[in-house]
Amino acid sequence: MNIIVLVKQVPDTESLLEVDTANATVNTQNVKWIINPYDEYAIEEALQIKEAKGAGSVTVVAVGPDRSEQALRTALAMGADTAVLVNDAAAEGSDALGIAKVLAGVIKEMPYDLVIAGVRAVDDDGYQVPAAVAEYLELPLVTAVIKQELGEGKITCHQLVEGGSLVVEAPLPMLFTAQKGLNEPRYASLPNIMKAKKKPLEKKRLADIGLDAALVGTGSAKVAISALALPPERKGGKMVTGDTPEALAAELVRLLKEEAEVL
Amino acid sequence: MASGVFVFAEQVDNGFKKSTLEAVSEGRRLADALGEPLCAMVMGGGIAELAGGLGTYGVDKVLASDDTALIDFAADAYTQTLHQAIQEMGPRVVLAAATVTGKELFARLAAKLDTGLAMECSDLAMDGDALSAKRSLYGGKVIATVTVQGSPMLATLRPNVSDVVEAPKTAEVVSMAPVTSGGRTQVVDKQLESGGKVELTEANFVVSGGRGMGGPDYSLLEELAKSLGGAVGASRNAVDEGWRPVSDQVGQTGKVVSPKVYFACGISGAIQHVAGIRTSDVIVAINKDDDAPIFRIADYGVKGDLNEVVPAIIAEVKKLKG
Repeated sequence: MNIIVLVKQVPDTESLLEVDTANATVNTQNVKWIINPYDEYAIEEALQIKEAKGAGSVTVVAVGPDRSEQALRTALAMGADTAVLVNDAAAEGSDALGIAKVLAGVIKEMPYDLVIAGVRAVDDDGYQVPAAVAEYLELPLVTAVIKQELGEGKITCHQLVEGGSLVVEAPLPMLFTAQKGLNEPRYASLPNIMKAKKKPLEKKRLADIGLDAALVGTGSAKVAISALALPPERKGGKMVTGDTPEALAAELVRLLKEEAEVL
Repeated sequence: MASGVFVFAEQVDNGFKKSTLEAVSEGRRLADALGEPLCAMVMGGGIAELAGGLGTYGVDKVLASDDTALIDFAADAYTQTLHQAIQEMGPRVVLAAATVTGKELFARLAAKLDTGLAMECSDLAMDGDALSAKRSLYGGKVIATVTVQGSPMLATLRPNVSDVVEAPKTAEVVSMAPVTSGGRTQVVDKQLESGGKVELTEANFVVSGGRGMGGPDYSLLEELAKSLGGAVGASRNAVDEGWRPVSDQVGQTGKVVSPKVYFACGISGAIQHVAGIRTSDVIVAINKDDDAPIFRIADYGVKGDLNEVVPAIIAEVKKLKG
């Protein structure tokens, strides 16, 4: 079973972000970069499937600048076999559809039975790229999967929806997106981190995948950020006073009712 | 020339969630601003009455695809049918609630139509010929104003940030044959909470517990949530400990919520958690630790043992509600 996993490098969720309001960009100089946490579930699931089958390969694919190589090396250290990074200045400033066109362009040249991605990236919170990749590759799609069972030529996915879950069957090849709960991603061990440095990581340009640069990048983007701001700062309010739990509770409920007027 | 606003009105178990009615109401508001009609689409089985009921929220025309194959979310049939409806109607803007289904469907449609889509938006407005919207990035750490272009322009609306507004009129209901051929995925089973339980992202009151809960017993928080008609949430720590399901997680790697009141019980206030609750109207923090960072952003801080304070709050709320 050959599995492809879509990977994105994002700022660490524990990092505080600075916004350059004049240029509508996020200042990322001091940011620590990590694999998108949802992509770790996707990588882990791919590895578990390959290990259970005892055969096949796991390929991780990313679009991004040079630093993205670090995220792919981490994925290789977790156990992925090969990696592909599309690093092309022409793809910078792409919207979700632009990125998806690049990813689909890479994937269609490779043999695969399954494509797995994170349910969303925790930077742009877009939820869009994996679905667009599925459309471009004409693959069945199930999003937000928390459990899957592979059968003969098909897969059964448990999809986390509002208020419960749906069990969805799809034929292979297909694409599904990983939601938290799917598994516990492994840590890369030191020996594996060393080994990962020697695993194949192929770098490609748009020309290598035969994609017209006019279809991606800022020029073709249909969604653009026109302004960025930090959310209005929340200041600490007041500490509720009272000598006993009962007095504290009575005062809190009074404040919620009379001052905040929300009860 | 594209004209009109079109809303995908998602039905679940032959009803509409609050988030869907919010999307319909936002659609009405935008249609009024444009001076153009509002059309909605309902897919399901036995939905005639449900479809006509959308007139209550100011829908001019409802396309109803009534077919047993559409009772549950049939990904391919829904996508193809909505795609066809959009091509026939030629709307300027297409909206839906940002549910799991809505987001999946619209992400596929955007690729099919090669058009712009903004997910989990608020503050929709026309900006010349483009659609402008606000959306949070980095799980709420940054707020972006985005401009969507294309024909049509697509957006999904974040639950609980706009109001359901009644604007009754008689909606014209037109039936439309669904495109059900070539469906590849199939829903074979479902486990959905039936009635009563308030969705975390739609709740006016959210009562969340963190590491300070000390274990998986959330009965106190559930009782407080119930007394307020709200929902229970959890911090990443609590979910990672296995105390609460993933679907309860609030924060950058969980759900972004914006209730009237958010109760953070035994939650220290990590950056990624605070990002997900920032747009709450009022934040109440209950914590034993004086130095908990959550107190720095909470509107009301209560220093104390949550096992003593929460039962007392429940008693006060019950007193208030009679």
